[in-house]
Amino acid sequence: MTTPQQTAKRQQPAGNAIARILRFGLTVLILLIAFSGLYLGFLFLREGDRPKWIMALAAIVWGVGGVALLYYLFNSLVELLPVRWTTRLQPFVFVGPGIALLIWFLALPALRTLYISLFGRNGPPSLSLTMLLAAPGEYFAALSTQFVGWNNFIAVFTDRLMLGALRNNILFWIGIATPLTVIAGLLIAVLADRSNFERAAKSIIFMPMAISFVGASVIWNFIYEVNAPGSPQIGLLNAVVVALGGQPHGWTNYTAISPWNNLFLVIIVVWLQTGFAMVLLSAAIKGIPEEILEAARVDGATEIQLFFRIMIPYLMATIIAVTTTIIIFTLKIFDVVWVMTGGQFGTDVIATQFYRQSFINRNSGFGSAIAIILLVAVTPVMVYNLRRLKDQEAFR
Amino acid sequence: MKSARAANFTRSFLVNGILALVVILWLIPVIGLLVSSFRERFDIQTSPWWGVLPHRDWVETKTINPRELGLDANGPMTVEGITATFEEFRIGVEDGDKRLIWIGNRRLGTVQVQEKKWTTTANLNLENYRQVLQGTDVEIKHADGTLETVRGDDFSSALLNSLTVAVPSTVIPILIAAFAAYGFAWMSFPGKRFWFAMVVALLVVPLQIALVPVLRDFAGLHLNGTFLGIWLAHTGFGLPLATFLLYSYIRALPRETLESAFIDGASHFTIFTRLILPLSVPALASIAIFQFLWVWNDYLVALIILGSDPKTRVVTMKLAAIVGDRGQDWHLLTSGAFMSMIVPLLVFFLLQRYFVRGLLAGSVKG
Repeated sequence: MTTPQQTAKRQQPAGNAIARILRFGLTVLILLIAFSGLYLGFLFLREGDRPKWIMALAAIVWGVGGVALLYYLFNSLVELLPVRWTTRLQPFVFVGPGIALLIWFLALPALRTLYISLFGRNGPPSLSLTMLLAAPGEYFAALSTQFVGWNNFIAVFTDRLMLGALRNNILFWIGIATPLTVIAGLLIAVLADRSNFERAAKSIIFMPMAISFVGASVIWNFIYEVNAPGSPQIGLLNAVVVALGGQPHGWTNYTAISPWNNLFLVIIVVWLQTGFAMVLLSAAIKGIPEEILEAARVDGATEIQLFFRIMIPYLMATIIAVTTTIIIFTLKIFDVVWVMTGGQFGTDVIATQFYRQSFINRNSGFGSAIAIILLVAVTPVMVYNLRRLKDQEAFR
Repeated sequence: MKSARAANFTRSFLVNGILALVVILWLIPVIGLLVSSFRERFDIQTSPWWGVLPHRDWVETKTINPRELGLDANGPMTVEGITATFEEFRIGVEDGDKRLIWIGNRRLGTVQVQEKKWTTTANLNLENYRQVLQGTDVEIKHADGTLETVRGDDFSSALLNSLTVAVPSTVIPILIAAFAAYGFAWMSFPGKRFWFAMVVALLVVPLQIALVPVLRDFAGLHLNGTFLGIWLAHTGFGLPLATFLLYSYIRALPRETLESAFIDGASHFTIFTRLILPLSVPALASIAIFQFLWVWNDYLVALIILGSDPKTRVVTMKLAAIVGDRGQDWHLLTSGAFMSMIVPLLVFFLLQRYFVRGLLAGSVKG
């Protein structure tokens, strides 16, 4: 990919090296001006007190424009270098910022979180170079007093609240919410495929995907709303229950049926995520060759047999992919539980425990250990993805 | 032949019927919210929202003052031809289409004569929205004509904050991902395979893993509670998926087009901006919708990085705060929830095609 560009540069008239150096210097200058301009913009956005909408607009222009400008200027700078250096450095202008951000926000934090998880409440003492140079003994002494080894991980699997959270994640979120979502998505996809209003139906089932978990929590809180027995029930569920002769309850905080009150949170997520499963499965159903189905029908297969003997095996790859995605998603379920119950009434999950330990109890060692557990749980999928990437590369 | 057609008809009837039922079931929660958001505060708390539909209910026809009739509330009384004690009237005494009910206490209360009639409790207006949107004091007009001054909930500024967070948090990662995807697809540099494997590995990494270290870095850089901080965070968390999807798309573009552009002397930058970006619009659109909805609806990252400072608080934070503080204020919760949903719902219904395409392209996100 390098030769065409070299041809391009060779076509430039020779002898303008000085001009090029001047332009290079100018670009560096512009880059410096751009940097200070962006910094001034940052200060303005932080301190400014203009009307809200002006600040919002300015922030958007500053952020988006700033990134585009930096790419443009860095690229101009690199293109002014001798050709050899251009081809060598240009990939880093293109790929570098992305890789840097990935390292800063995901790759490195994974290692740092692992490191923090080996320490007590306050995590490892913050590393300052001056202290390390001036009094290395003190630093390492502080380090070793804070060091707790695997204790946080032992605590994760013995703490009563944490065990409840693990149970909820495994039993209710992976064990019940996930299959329920996939099955509902599959059934609706099959029904929609044979109905007369497929597009409209799919659109509506899919719609909750656009709603935030906080918004959905408000919607369902309203359905579960309870009034004192005897007064009119404004929550739909309690109105139905009372009409059928039952007692009204708060459902999500109905600890008498604990842990099954979790099911009322599960319903919310099934409502939200079924559309996702449906869309992917529906696309896969469209891919089943009509001839196969027709041939089976001619042979006298019933619709039920058709569904289990032909469609399910045909859709298996998609079903597994959808199930995996939803498992990964439910593993990290947070917003719904946090807004609906705050993790009370036996509804805690791993992610709410993580939040409480890390940011409310300020026990960063324990919180980090929980985060590592989440990471370990998704590792098989990560390995599978990497293996698939390797297979694809082998074919190229 | 005829029976086959009849069976076909039954089957189609069954399929459409069940599906229609499911669709209605899916819609009811949202309809309940929407209808309630237009109702009076008092109405929401005392009568169910489906009361706006015509239904048969007891409707007051006249009110009788029992003291004017010289009745003694301590013994059995006869009102409108019905005899009962105070306790019975208190619950309501029914007689065919008529019901008598004691309103208020024993000494001062009155007796209401009610009849069962077709009625609705539809009394819809936009007052809840005015209260929830405005940042200053709002004068709310009640159905009975009285005025009340209440403190507005300032959702409009939360909406602006959400927009300020969501637009750059959508455009910046996609821009960076597009550059990176082009680099991975069309440039050669040392360690390319390793770096791309990192992108793929990070696809499923839960963002919880990053929150504690990132928060520490941000504290050092004074980025906590700033828009720049949350843009960076959303950019970092959104990059793996965006890069991966754009890479698959850009690599699949016809190689000849690019090679002829190189031969014509175009630089990588020119090819990227003039050729690749325009050709990638469908992929960019799907990823943009994905990322926009994800950022707009995000609660966890905003909770940790922006916090509840009204200067930067986004709609999900604001809404969750009302749930926590005033969970019974359904007039605010319903209208607030709908305000928070309106932007993503618009994006969703207008650009659904692209959204579905993006979902089908790849759907594993960390």
